[in-house]
Amino acid sequence: MRLLFGILFTLGLAAGVGLGATWLALTQGTAYGGVTIGAWTAWPKTGTPGIDPYARAMIARSGELPIGSGDGVAFFARADDGGRVLDGRCDAALDGMTPQARFWTMTLYDPEGRLVPNSVQRQGFTSQEIVRRADGSFEIVIGPRARPGDWLPTGGIERYMLVLRLYDTPIGVATRTAREAPMPTLIQKACS
Amino acid sequence: MIRLALWPLGGVLLGGTVHLASVLLLPTLATQDAYSRLAPIAPVNEVKPIPAPTPENATMPFMDPAFAMAVCRYDISEGPLKFSVPVSLAYTSVSFYTRAEVAYYAINDRAAGRRVIELDLMTSEQRGELPENEDITAADRLIVESPTTTGLIVIKALAPEPGLLAAAQAAAAAAKCIQVE
Repeated sequence: MRLLFGILFTLGLAAGVGLGATWLALTQGTAYGGVTIGAWTAWPKTGTPGIDPYARAMIARSGELPIGSGDGVAFFARADDGGRVLDGRCDAALDGMTPQARFWTMTLYDPEGRLVPNSVQRQGFTSQEIVRRADGSFEIVIGPRARPGDWLPTGGIERYMLVLRLYDTPIGVATRTAREAPMPTLIQKACS
Repeated sequence: MIRLALWPLGGVLLGGTVHLASVLLLPTLATQDAYSRLAPIAPVNEVKPIPAPTPENATMPFMDPAFAMAVCRYDISEGPLKFSVPVSLAYTSVSFYTRAEVAYYAINDRAAGRRVIELDLMTSEQRGELPENEDITAADRLIVESPTTTGLIVIKALAPEPGLLAAAQAAAAAAKCIQVE
């Protein structure tokens, strides 16, 4: 009797611990092997056959297609440079330069990877749509209310994320530091 | 006391095994992965456009709205595939994924260096069966080896501004994937 109880307890605990850890790793955790520069993190290896098992499981679960490494690389930001989680009810400023690439796109998604509805039908910018200063740098204002200049609307949602995709770029698996890849600063300001 | 503590210890150790097994098995068990999402709109060995993502409706999460996309869901178990796509105005890329969404190859218009990206997709066995004396053709034919017999070819054409999306969609839809007997 005690043996049976022990076996059932052990198997139950094993299932709970094992599946719980899997659930946590795929929903909360982030795959390892990421390159973090400022607020931005990319996982260049997910676009290669060398993708790790955790990233494979995450991709199978979410249903996305990772960007191939011969195509480009995607940098994700869920928080600003100071670690404040991006909130669609606040204004944020994206300022600076992007790493070398033939084209880039900046897109705003909700945490599930869906585009966010807004009055002006704008979900992002491409490198050709941006107004630049004389030195090539640019500023995008992200916020719930219309702004002059390049404004990326959040639709007032609570949590959002930004994805900067570089296409035809030398940035990839070998990139490690901000000197190779100057990323724009991201600073969250006043909230409404 | 010690014997009683062995049960939870065993449970935790076994739990580690369950965790690793579930992570490794998940890609084969997933029913909402990208391949399964594309299968209803993409017949085998045919190029079909993927509808542009909107806030209400998107085929897959994290699609880039600046791109026109098309897909060829391939099955090369019967023979290799000839693929071609004309290069669009701004930027065109072709990415290859296995059935389990592993991106094993991607090429863009500049790397292809021509007005048309042309390549042959085959398994390594089919490549081994190619006649030996085709040195000349081999030089200007790009051969991609697929690690699996089924998978996805994803064609992407950039619209640098929204007004150019229709042209990019036309370029992506002009791709061809044809099975060679």
